[in-house]
Amino acid sequence: MTLLGVADDPSCYSRLVNDWICADYVADRRSEIVDATLQHLGITVVSVLLGLVIAFPLALLARRLPRLESTVLAITTGIYTVPSLALFPLLVPFTGLTATTVVIGLALYALTILVRSLLEGLRAVPADVRESATGLGYGRGGLLLKVELPLALPVVMAGLRVATVSTVALTTVGSLVAYGGLGNLIKDGVLTNFRAELFTASVLCVVLAVLLDVVLVLAQRALTPWTRGARA
Amino acid sequence: MRVFSDMWAYLSDGASWSGSDGIAALLGQQLLLTVTALLMAMVVGLPLALWLGHLGRGGFLAINISNVGRAIPTFALLGLLVVAPWPGTDGLGPYGRAGLATLIALTLFALPPIITNAYVAMREVPAEVREAARGMGMTGTQRFWRVELPLGLPLVVSGLRLALVQVWATATIAALVAGPGLGQVITDGFFRSNYGKGIAGALVVAVVALVLELLAALVQRAADPTRRGAPPRGRKDALSVNPATVDQPAESVG
Repeated sequence: MTLLGVADDPSCYSRLVNDWICADYVADRRSEIVDATLQHLGITVVSVLLGLVIAFPLALLARRLPRLESTVLAITTGIYTVPSLALFPLLVPFTGLTATTVVIGLALYALTILVRSLLEGLRAVPADVRESATGLGYGRGGLLLKVELPLALPVVMAGLRVATVSTVALTTVGSLVAYGGLGNLIKDGVLTNFRAELFTASVLCVVLAVLLDVVLVLAQRALTPWTRGARA
Repeated sequence: MRVFSDMWAYLSDGASWSGSDGIAALLGQQLLLTVTALLMAMVVGLPLALWLGHLGRGGFLAINISNVGRAIPTFALLGLLVVAPWPGTDGLGPYGRAGLATLIALTLFALPPIITNAYVAMREVPAEVREAARGMGMTGTQRFWRVELPLGLPLVVSGLRLALVQVWATATIAALVAGPGLGQVITDGFFRSNYGKGIAGALVVAVVALVLELLAALVQRAADPTRRGAPPRGRKDALSVNPATVDQPAESVG
């Protein structure tokens, strides 16, 4: 519009230049990028938490009733074989084109990994530890909360890390129903051949996955101080 | 629910199955993509991972490839490949538009489970079996072909099975960049607000995924050497690697 604008070098994300890496793009579209990242983070965290909330009683049930175990594992694995691009549409008749669709779909995927790791973790608690805790007067609930779960934590956390990192990657597919966080930017970048947008969103996705992984590792170290002493 | 009657109408209409962009053609295209990507990943990943497992080196590499692979969204990778000057959106024979980009993205996606499982399979062969083979005077190559590979095979095949199902599932994402495969039915239905069609596509993809999973499970069962020829009891336990102990957690699906 102004003469000054014309005199400037074309911005690195103009149609003419279309650079992959462009600091101007990040600066100019900051609010858009932050919004997409927050949506991505929100969908991922809510999905994994929802998956955890469903997985916990399922794992306890499967442990209590061995007959149910194979059924629970078969159903959760069955869900996992359904592609995400197919699962989201299958949910749409019930939940509409909302973030709920994406969250439920992703929670179902997280569920598979979490049920398995919860079961494995609880099973890894040595029987004599369980017995001595019972001998010390722990009831069923106390045994679970104060003895079994803390000891199962390393295995459970390993599963949680896998679930979180793959959920971050999968959230991008939510752009099919317009709730994909950074996936929305990726989709727009592909459709409009906008390299800076595509590249920035892709890199942010990976960065987000790594950051969440680091947070979980730190949380695990804080929650299981005894494992550090054992290693040294 | 009207969408379900729409879906049924679309699925039961012969016209939606035939033609160059019908369900049948796209199904064939996606199967071709899946198999090609899996074969490419096998050619690249298996020899390397098996050999590293045999030597007992590079475990760090094998495990970390798997972890990094999970963090990279296939959609983003595919988007980058399609927008880049190479391979771009050029067609590739029967694979259609953006065929090469899709193949590359899917091959990279299939590598982590294949490499990790093949490496772990070789390492899981019991040390005493390995020692015994050495004691019998077998050379490294002989041990690799006659002892380690047959015993590790079930786990190697389980990695291939995981990769097959994941690649099939992820191949649908190609449609988000207007690439080949059944995802086209889903995305086309969605972009035109023809939800019946979108859900019909989703159903076909999901059903084929389950069929592939079952077929792969049968192949995996057949690959177990301890089941073949039913060796006498007692001996079986000493030699079986028991693949169940390294139950690979499901990894990221596209």
